[in-house]
Amino acid sequence: MNANAPILPLLIPLLTALLQMVSARLPFQRVVGLLATALLVLVTGWLTLLADDGVVRVYALGDWSAPFGIVLVVDRLAAAMTLLTAILGLLVLLYASAGFDQEGLHFHPLFQFQLLGLLGAFLTGDLFNLFVFFEIMLLASYVLLAHGGGLARTRAGISYVVLNLVGSALFLIALGLLYGVLGTLNLADVARVVALPGHDRSLARLAFILLIAVFALKAGLLPLSFWLPHTYTAAGAPVAALFAIMTKVGIVAMLRVQAVALAPTMPDLLDHWLTPLALATIVFAALGALAATRLRALAAWLVLLSAGTLLLTPAQASSEVSAAALYYLMQSTLAAAAFFLLSGVIAQQRGERADHFMTGPPLRSAWLAIAFLVLATTAAGLPPFSGFVGKLMLLTTLRDVAAGPAIWAVVLTTGFIVMAALARDGCYLIWKHRAKARPLPVEGIGWQQTTAVLLLVAAGPLLAVLAKPLSDFSQRAAVQLHTPGAYVAAVLHSGTVNPDGREATR
Amino acid sequence: MEVLLSIAIGVLTSCGVFLVLRSRTFPVLLGLTLLSYAVNLFLFASGRLRLDAPPLIRAGASYTDPLPQALVLTAIVIGFGMTAYLAILALRALSESGADHVDATKEP
Repeated sequence: MNANAPILPLLIPLLTALLQMVSARLPFQRVVGLLATALLVLVTGWLTLLADDGVVRVYALGDWSAPFGIVLVVDRLAAAMTLLTAILGLLVLLYASAGFDQEGLHFHPLFQFQLLGLLGAFLTGDLFNLFVFFEIMLLASYVLLAHGGGLARTRAGISYVVLNLVGSALFLIALGLLYGVLGTLNLADVARVVALPGHDRSLARLAFILLIAVFALKAGLLPLSFWLPHTYTAAGAPVAALFAIMTKVGIVAMLRVQAVALAPTMPDLLDHWLTPLALATIVFAALGALAATRLRALAAWLVLLSAGTLLLTPAQASSEVSAAALYYLMQSTLAAAAFFLLSGVIAQQRGERADHFMTGPPLRSAWLAIAFLVLATTAAGLPPFSGFVGKLMLLTTLRDVAAGPAIWAVVLTTGFIVMAALARDGCYLIWKHRAKARPLPVEGIGWQQTTAVLLLVAAGPLLAVLAKPLSDFSQRAAVQLHTPGAYVAAVLHSGTVNPDGREATR
Repeated sequence: MEVLLSIAIGVLTSCGVFLVLRSRTFPVLLGLTLLSYAVNLFLFASGRLRLDAPPLIRAGASYTDPLPQALVLTAIVIGFGMTAYLAILALRALSESGADHVDATKEP
């Protein structure tokens, strides 16, 4: 059972999606989807516990050992990301089951395919396979983005699809170059071959730069980030909440490629350009948050802000910074998702005004105001919640790097701007309504929505309480990430150490 | 052979990029198709060009690298599906806004 553990997070969503396509009845699809995603949380949680022993587990698909076959690689980082994806998926699916899934066709199978793509992108150890999982994730996201209909979504969908198709073309060009130069696409084998003499180094560098550029497009680095805010704003609340983890796929892929393939041979590839662009992204996102006219747009800009903050880290190539980044990534993903879901609930209660920042009818449910306060405190990085802990860890570890003073200045200033924007927007949504206004007689909030929002909002305080074990785990994961030798050895020798090729014992 | 292939890739890419930058969805769609043709040719060439050599590894006989051909097949299938979806999305935008401009804003 343990030997087959790495494939389970991919099989569960795949089989669930196939099962859900058997019958188009919503209650059936809901029950199957929720049960399967809950199972996925358990399985990925177990995988994370399993991975915490420090062994890099390698699963050779079809028992074709690397570098000839495709491998799935589970280390602490990959396992933790799958767990985060599964938890987010479960809560978002719960929210969507309250009625959002009725607005269009095939929501549930597509949701499972999106999970499949996300999980596969975190688990795979092969660059071409990474492309395939990216495409699975994107194809599902194209359709989910258009879910619910309306011109705004279709329009956002067109630019999003075109942009990502061009990104896929670039990805393939990078892979072609890499294969032409190095003769392999397995990440561990790439790391091994690129250190050997006898290939065109400048072409290899070019291929890696193209690869990083594609990851930067997914993550939303500044010149490539103009698609992100309006796409996420146009998407339905649960879809946007799931999309909150999509930018993180690019960041984790970048961290992985940097640590395994680039750090030993061309450590200067990311220097000088990634950090300034990431800082520019942060400033851009903070100004966007200030200019946002609705809560959903504000949440989209906050996604971009956290992506920019995380993009500060790959160029530093240090395990302390990566550890802080991992904690920041977890808490910012959950906070952004909570913001999208909360904006959906608030929009339900304000009728025509929806989640726009203008005077409207008062909210019927008082807990929404408290949830907003907790969430805004988390997102702005104020104590005592997890946003503060994450930012503190990042800033402490980034103090000693070359660009440290600039990073401190930009992150702290933009933090202040975001705080001002959140305070102003909270006033509009919660306090500002006409004296005689009464709450609108709208339909109530489903218990599924309440549970999902409350659990995601509670992640802010909870992750702060659990900061010690989580940051210890992040530390171990980052140390493992920055020991590429073990990764390469585990993947390439999995066939020889253990003849059945499923589990490497290092 | 190399010159011919590189010229073909170059022409396809430049036409593709030019069309992607147009403001109507149909030329953009055509541009993406051309771009994916160029990328497929490029991937194909990444295994080196060989004449009269099948992609089958046999002892003593000359063969060409089969892996890029498998990669190209995957890329073709994925690109085809994406293009089909974009075509449907463009048609939906046309029916909703009455214009095939990529930034159509008019509500019906």
